[in-house]
Amino acid sequence: MNSLTDFHVLLPVLPELLLACGAMVLLMLGVYAGDGAARFVNALCILLLIAVGASVVMLPPGRIEMFGGSFVVDDFARFLKLVMLTGSGGTLILSLDYLTNEKLQKAEFGVLVLLATLGMMLLISASDLIALYLGLELMSLPLYVIAASNRDSARSTEAGLKYFVLGALSSGMLLYGASLIYGFTSTVNFIGIAKATQGGAGLGLIFGLVFLFAGFCFKVSAVPFHMWTPDVYEGAPTPVTAFFAAAPKVAGIAIFVRATTVAFPGITHSWQQIVVFVALASMVLGAFAAIGQKNIKRLMAYSSIGHMGFALVGLAAGTAEGVQGVLVYMTIYVGMTLGTFACILSMRRDGVMVENISDLSGLARTQPAMAFLFAMLLFSLAGIPPLAGFFAKFYVFLAAIKAGLYLLAVVGVLASVIGAYYYLTIVKIMYFDEPAKPFQSMPFLLKLTLGVFGLLNIVFFVYPAPLLGAATAAAKSLF
Amino acid sequence: MNWPVLSVVTFLPLLGALLIVLMVRGNGPLAKGTARWVAMWTTLVTFAISLVLVQKFDVSSAEFQFAEKYDWLGVASYHMGVDGISLPFVILTTALMPICILASWTSIQKRVKEYMIAFLVLETLMIGTFSALDLVLFYLFFEGGLIPMFLIIGVWGGQRRVYASFKFFLYTLAGSVLMLLAIMAMYWEAGTTDIPVLLRHGFPVGLQTWAWLAFFASFAVKMPMWPVHTWLPDAHVEAPTAGSVILAAIMLKMGGYGFLRFSLPMFPVASHDFAPLIYTLSVVAIIYTSLVALMQEDVKKLIAYSSVAHMGFVTMGIFAANTQGVSGAVFQMISHGIVSGALFLCVGVVYDRMHTREIAFYGGLVTRMPLYAMIFMVFTLANVGLPGTSGFVGEFLSLIGTFKANIPVASLATIGVILSAAYALWLYRKMIFGTLKPALEGIKDIGLREAVIFAPLVILTILFGVAPKPVLDMSAASVAQLLDGYNKAIGVKAAAGESVPASGLEARIIPVSVAR
Repeated sequence: MNSLTDFHVLLPVLPELLLACGAMVLLMLGVYAGDGAARFVNALCILLLIAVGASVVMLPPGRIEMFGGSFVVDDFARFLKLVMLTGSGGTLILSLDYLTNEKLQKAEFGVLVLLATLGMMLLISASDLIALYLGLELMSLPLYVIAASNRDSARSTEAGLKYFVLGALSSGMLLYGASLIYGFTSTVNFIGIAKATQGGAGLGLIFGLVFLFAGFCFKVSAVPFHMWTPDVYEGAPTPVTAFFAAAPKVAGIAIFVRATTVAFPGITHSWQQIVVFVALASMVLGAFAAIGQKNIKRLMAYSSIGHMGFALVGLAAGTAEGVQGVLVYMTIYVGMTLGTFACILSMRRDGVMVENISDLSGLARTQPAMAFLFAMLLFSLAGIPPLAGFFAKFYVFLAAIKAGLYLLAVVGVLASVIGAYYYLTIVKIMYFDEPAKPFQSMPFLLKLTLGVFGLLNIVFFVYPAPLLGAATAAAKSLF
Repeated sequence: MNWPVLSVVTFLPLLGALLIVLMVRGNGPLAKGTARWVAMWTTLVTFAISLVLVQKFDVSSAEFQFAEKYDWLGVASYHMGVDGISLPFVILTTALMPICILASWTSIQKRVKEYMIAFLVLETLMIGTFSALDLVLFYLFFEGGLIPMFLIIGVWGGQRRVYASFKFFLYTLAGSVLMLLAIMAMYWEAGTTDIPVLLRHGFPVGLQTWAWLAFFASFAVKMPMWPVHTWLPDAHVEAPTAGSVILAAIMLKMGGYGFLRFSLPMFPVASHDFAPLIYTLSVVAIIYTSLVALMQEDVKKLIAYSSVAHMGFVTMGIFAANTQGVSGAVFQMISHGIVSGALFLCVGVVYDRMHTREIAFYGGLVTRMPLYAMIFMVFTLANVGLPGTSGFVGEFLSLIGTFKANIPVASLATIGVILSAAYALWLYRKMIFGTLKPALEGIKDIGLREAVIFAPLVILTILFGVAPKPVLDMSAASVAQLLDGYNKAIGVKAAAGESVPASGLEARIIPVSVAR
């Protein structure tokens, strides 16, 4: 009886337990079954992620604290875990055919993605500095490895190494910041920190906060800690790039939001200016730097830098509306990213992947359906109504205007106009230019992913209420 | 009958587009034909249903009619409805669409299916813009129109289509995003984005000033007003004929409609304060762009510049803020929609035959194309504003309105009327009269399809010229209500004039400095 009640206590972490145990079982399976069964194991990884997602949905409602308050399950965590799991599962689906074609099909790939996903789950629920760091490292280590997973490619190994060195540096900074915060508040728990900083903060704590933010900014690739992004995005195998663009960004934004709003509500004015600057710089740099890119993966890197800037506009507001905006933004961003990468992964000609934007030339005539959905995704990334991307931007700017951040809002929307230019360039190449040699036909899984996210993107405006309602509830659970 | 007429009119074209997507396969002649006929029937049925709106519209009421409201975004709701100011534009849109489809019947041969889809989607977005009664919904339709128009110019356009389409898209987007921020500020001030509620809200002077400027940024680009008009000649010249028609006849009117629907009634004090700015820009537009039009070598460019000049009359009339000015502006927009659309169609007729728009290339067309020459003359004279054509009524009313408000402005604008006669008649003489150019020996007069296109436009131009009452009556009640609210707001401000400083900006700054 006693052991049964113990298990009952662990129920709120069931998704994490399921994922951890499942990942280890699949690792064993992969090792013993050999590379021949790798595709099968990776497919099982997708099923496991779906099961984990289902268990997240079935968790009991309300706010539950675990392990002495270091792990929290609330609406915010549930919402973002589902979004993040969609990102992870989606990229695994995208990767299956690619890995087979490029002869990279290894069971480790899926298992490493699962382990990184586990880290992200912990990160999203982390409610003290220790759990934060554990989650962050568990997320990052597999990411370094899969970035370099194409071992024969100099670009891929370079990407992995670069990511590792800079990632380690940023972890160090984050850890230093965490230790300063602990030193000045004598607690690692977010709620404890909030109590200690109620009446304002001294210089030492602000220092710690800045270092902590530096670590966060690195993980979400926000300016000025974005330098790794273009190189890693370009060098890593394309499904890995898709994974980087989708899942870790969600987890990074999640902990950024939770740490700032839960642990430092008393000193909002201190961190707000940092977030405002980071958001501004990311939006502007993302918009300008993407213009000159020729490689579509590099372009997506700058695009994601810009998008993180837009998402942080919501955080800069520091209100429940702002957090709701961030949640809506991240959800739509993940959907758009998966759809876009399904297109990028279909850029295969004569058995070789091509990555230049000019390779898309005249796609509207050779593959009209793909070109149409891709164009709509690009318009959506640019934030043109009535596509989903417009609503994402709408809610973050709505919060920023309420918080009185007019300069941020004006510069932000103007940056989105500049950003529209490079998305339009791709549409122009697909629609206005003369057709190049057609791509090989899309594998079924890519078609499926593109179809689902492409259509969701277009028809989102018809019935946005469920997502908005869930995001509102999730945002309220932090305040 | 209690069916949602307005939503049906709005979304029927979208349904037609979907039908083409699902039904038409391949690129053969059969597929092209099917796409054309589906588009034709969709636009015709849409037009027919939109006539139900006219028939059931209560002219004596200034309220929004055919209203529909459903929950949608939480912040915003799906709220549609028309009043006397928006209904004429809805009808103008539905009426011109079948004509555009017919005009593209033979001139568009590549990617016909996509072309028809783009036009049908565009129609939904344009009707939606005029009938949305929620600011966010309005913005959605207003901005959404950029996507199909971008593709229409870029895919089916002329030589410099890429440049023109990018310029069109980015110019318009840059203006509109600021409006979006103003919409958000208004939401937090009033707690809703519902237009009928906002019309009665009475915004504080400081917010009015900023919001007015933000809306102005958007509508001035769309209108387009000098000096942000430069995208228009490029877009017009490069767009295919039907694209130019839609741009000139309907999309430009969104700017004027916006001023009437939002700027004037929601920000009356700011509108009053900024009227001199509008007058200045309008007069510059009227005189300067008329002079520029005189110098053009490309027919489409000449008509594009003349559009900018005519829109100057509209803005001037709107901000004169009296009955004559505002109803004149509404009428001028409708009339210009018909006349400029028809002029672009006239250019399209010769362009389809000769594939050049250079004025110098043409000459003496009257000897080979007498019917064409006559039709072209009707629209040229309507463009000049000759009494008896619809162009006269609009120009005359807006000039009277402006005269009442500001005599120097009206006098200067009158110079523009003379200039418009100069360039329009010069163009007509160059192209139609004179000796027939050898290259034009074999040119054929307009055929049946083209005659069908022009017939309704000629009839409407002359009908509205001699009997403008139906249009003026339709908008009268709404215009009266708009001006009533405007004058009240200005009156309140004037009464409090001793204590409140004149400019909205100062009103915002002074309390702060006193507090310090």
